Amino acid sequence: MLTNERILERLKEKFGDRIADTELQFGIMSVSTDSDRIIQVMEFLKGDEELDFVFLTDLCAVHYPDRVRKFDVIYHLHSFTNNIRLRVKLPLAGDSPKAPTMTTLWSSTNWMERETYDFYGVIFEGHPNLKRILNVDDMTIFPLRKEYPLEDNTRKDKNDEMFGRDPRLIRADQ
Amino acid sequence: MNESLIETTPRRINVAANPPEGVTGDGYFATRFEKVIGLARKNSLWPLPFATSCCGIEFMSTMASHYDLARFGSERVSFSPRQADLLMVMGTIAKKMGPILKQVYEQMAEPRWVISVGACACSGGIFDTYSVLQGIDQIIPVDVYVPGCPPRPEQIIDGFMKIQELVHNEPMRRRNSGEYKDILESYGIKTFEN
Repeated sequence: MLTNERILERLKEKFGDRIADTELQFGIMSVSTDSDRIIQVMEFLKGDEELDFVFLTDLCAVHYPDRVRKFDVIYHLHSFTNNIRLRVKLPLAGDSPKAPTMTTLWSSTNWMERETYDFYGVIFEGHPNLKRILNVDDMTIFPLRKEYPLEDNTRKDKNDEMFGRDPRLIRADQ
Repeated sequence: MNESLIETTPRRINVAANPPEGVTGDGYFATRFEKVIGLARKNSLWPLPFATSCCGIEFMSTMASHYDLARFGSERVSFSPRQADLLMVMGTIAKKMGPILKQVYEQMAEPRWVISVGACACSGGIFDTYSVLQGIDQIIPVDVYVPGCPPRPEQIIDGFMKIQELVHNEPMRRRNSGEYKDILESYGIKTFEN
């Protein structure tokens, strides 16, 4: 039976210290790597006969405004034959972070990467059709970045104090 | 059969269409054309349900046998804007849906009315967020607003009857007036000279 320890051992022997920040959350192991290695890591995880992570369950991003590398792109993998999951994190720096596209390995990541671009502005290099997928085409912001308020600022009739909000906080960017 | 169960007086039929003011005599009835048109339109409104969420479920109930919107002459729900008189917007309208809603409104023939059902359609409701239109009146003119989250069928019917009142009393040339054209143009909706 494939264990988290065994997965880590295989990754370490192949990629050494390019595999970092190992942690266990809810029984699923997380590892992180960098954008130079991510394609090779994923290719290895998918193609290796023992590991056999053939299914990419989800792809998303997280914004950590206080970190140096402000964005994480997160890949969730599932190995059907071993019935085990793995989370791979890819921390990215800069205001328009760039990651290599995963569409060469999994076609299903096409829309997931478009969604991640739509909400966080992560540029997936090599993506065949990187444009907005859920929001209106003429949107100018990446709404899930922390600097943008959740509320719609076009409304004139709402008194923010009545809603328990500090108007100075939500309009801080204006 | 029990005698007491047989109705002895004729059942009173509740006529929704009371005749308008006019002059009546032996075999004729004279009134204003406008009044007759208003009466006919009021009792044969074809609604176009634009239902996107839970208010749409309330509308299904309104349309079904218990509340029975057909009593008001709206038996025929039109799913084509070309044959509809009343646009019923029920539910959250996302900003991405906005242009589609506007297109549906533009495809309707005059005279046309709009009823906005529920908090979301009226003001964005609880969805005070970047992706949701904060009230459909930002893109199309609205005649009657029905509050509620979602409103009960009784409230939708009440709103519908308010529309009927507007339809009934609308002056015939209203849609040709400059004021009406100004309203439409303020929404960026083209008007045609007839």
